Order: sequence, then structure tokens, then C-alpha cells
Amino acid sequence: MGLLKQYWELFLVFFKIGAFTFGGGYAMIPLIRNEVVNKKLWLDDNEFMDMLALAQSAPGPISLNTALFVGNKQLGFKGSLFCGAGIILPSFIIILIIAVLFTQFKDNPVIESIFKGVRPAVVALIAAPLLGLSKSAGVNLKNIWIPIVVALAVWLLNISPVYIILVAILLGILYYLFIKLKMKR
Amino acid sequence: MELIELYTSLFLAFLKIGLFGFGGGYAMLPLIQREVVDIHGWISVSDFTDIVAISQTTPGPIAFNSATYIGYTSVTDMGFSTFQGVIGSAICTIAVSIPSLIIMTIICAFFFKLNNNPWMRSSLSVLKPAIIGLIAAAALMLMNDYNFIDYKSWIIFGVVMVASIKKMDPILLIVLSGVAGLLLYPPT
Repeated sequence: MGLLKQYWELFLVFFKIGAFTFGGGYAMIPLIRNEVVNKKLWLDDNEFMDMLALAQSAPGPISLNTALFVGNKQLGFKGSLFCGAGIILPSFIIILIIAVLFTQFKDNPVIESIFKGVRPAVVALIAAPLLGLSKSAGVNLKNIWIPIVVALAVWLLNISPVYIILVAILLGILYYLFIKLKMKR
Repeated sequence: MELIELYTSLFLAFLKIGLFGFGGGYAMLPLIQREVVDIHGWISVSDFTDIVAISQTTPGPIAFNSATYIGYTSVTDMGFSTFQGVIGSAICTIAVSIPSLIIMTIICAFFFKLNNNPWMRSSLSVLKPAIIGLIAAAALMLMNDYNFIDYKSWIIFGVVMVASIKKMDPILLIVLSGVAGLLLYPPT
């Protein structure tokens, strides 16, 4: 298979994933696994899990990070550019069309009525998965103060999430140092 | 020039969102809201909620969706042309992707070493619960007078919450709540 065709194939697979990952984040994991592990055999299941852990620990959308990882593994940096473009383009095109049309219709009373119903629903959709996600994030009775303090600090004190993230990483490093010191004694 | 200045501040704001957007999805919402609503005032809180709603019903991660949408509207709201708005969209979308591209390229170079690194594992053990807190903050920040206008809003909120926990499809729930909006708040 020619090199150009391989780049094109990477682009196409992730364009397809990008076009069908509604809801983003965790919703697209089974889709990516089906394409990359089952159909294309680009990764085995172990590599796939490792990739997910890394994609989640790096900043940025998880779907973009996995696309960049697969592209890089297959064809290096240029491969990751093709996969990245593939996963971004579908939402770029769709949102652009909506932005152009929606700004014209936004003040329409029918649209306004619809969105009066949709807005509180959106807040519920954000809050609903919190319980399930807490489990996979390893939240337990010992560390439940962390999400509570973070939520209150951002909500009530208006502290930038940037500082929260930097402090969280620092605390994790200090905690490791503390455990190491304790084990030496 | 005014347009170049706007492009530059859009680029920098979305670069920052991409760089500090740990956890993806809703965990990025407080960060995005802070930059585009509180600091720069490019859009209002209710417009921001509308973007989240649109993101729910269209494919792709919310970070891209808001970058594309805000890139377009902030430029055209200031009186620039549709084409200049499209350029704004492209600038924001590229900006939000650059940190991922750089960091994932580095991570791929050290793949297996990093994954079992105890420093990294320990950082993640604090970062992950913190990300849960950020998602909760996103929900709390959107519980305001713009999105909850009366008791009917809270009824919609409660019903959708229960339906979502019962694994009902979010796209269907958005569509149904739109129908509920039409019935409960008839357009005049």
C-alpha cells in the first residue's frame, strides 16, 4: 500500500469516528476500539487501555489525544497530523454551519421557547454522570474532600481551574515524596 | 488593527483552554466559561449554555465545538464579515488543538516509561478527583437565573436528571426538553 494511501486511511477512519461521536468523551471509546483494535488491528487491547490512560492524563479532548496517539504510532508525527485533522473536521464543519444559521435565528421567539426548555436539561445532563465518573476517578471516603473543595473554590470563590490543576499535580507529587520518606524510616 | 487584536486574544485564550483542559468534556467547561464569558465577555452565559446544548446534539468534543462557535460569533458580533468569522473559527480550533499535539507527541516518545511512572500515577490520583470537582462546578455555575427562569425549569431539570441516570439517550432528552420548552413557554 502506498504511503499516501496509508495517510488517507488514517484520516478517513478518524473522520468517521469524529462524525459519529455524539456527546464526546467516554461515548466515543467503544467506537474507537471497534475501528482501531477490531477492524484495523493497529493496536491490541492492552495497548488500547494504556493509550486511554495516557490520553486522559494529557490535557485536551480525549478523542483528539487518542487520534494523535494512533497516528503517531502508525506513521509518526505526520500521521498524527492526519488523524488529528480527521477527528476535528466533522465537528468544525457542522458547528460552523450551525453558528452561521443560529446567529440569524437566535432572536426568533420559537427558538427562544425551545431553548428555555433545553437549558435546564443541559445542566442536568452535566450533573447526572457525576456519580458514575466518581467511581472511575477513584473517589472514596478518604479523598472525597478533593472534589468538594474544588467545586466550591471554582463556583463560589471564582478561582481559575488553571490553578486548581497546577495545585492538584503538585499535591500528587508531594504525596509521593511523603510516602517515599515514610517507607525509608 | 482591531481584527488582528481579536484574533490574537482568541488564539491565546483557546491555547490556554487546550493546555489546561484536563479530563476533557465537561471538566473543561469552567475553564472555557471563565475565559470566554467572565474574562473576555465574547458571549453571554445563556449563549454559553446554548453552545453546550448544541454540543450535546452534534458530534465532537465540547472544546472543539465551543472553539468553532465562539471563533465565529465573537468576530461577526463585532461587525466583521462571515468570511472573517470563519477564519476566527479556524484560529480557535487550531489553537485549542496545539497543546494536545505537542504533549501527545512527547508522550508517544516515552510511551511505556511514562505510564508506569510513580510520580505520574501519584499526580493522577489527586488530579482525577479534582476533575470530578470541576465537572460539579460546571453544573453549579450554570444553575443561574439565565438558565432557570421559574419552577418549570426545575421540573425539567429533575426529570432529565432521573432519565439520564436511567441511561436514556442524551440527544433524545435534548430534543424532548426542546418540545417541553415549546409547550411550557409558548412563543408569543
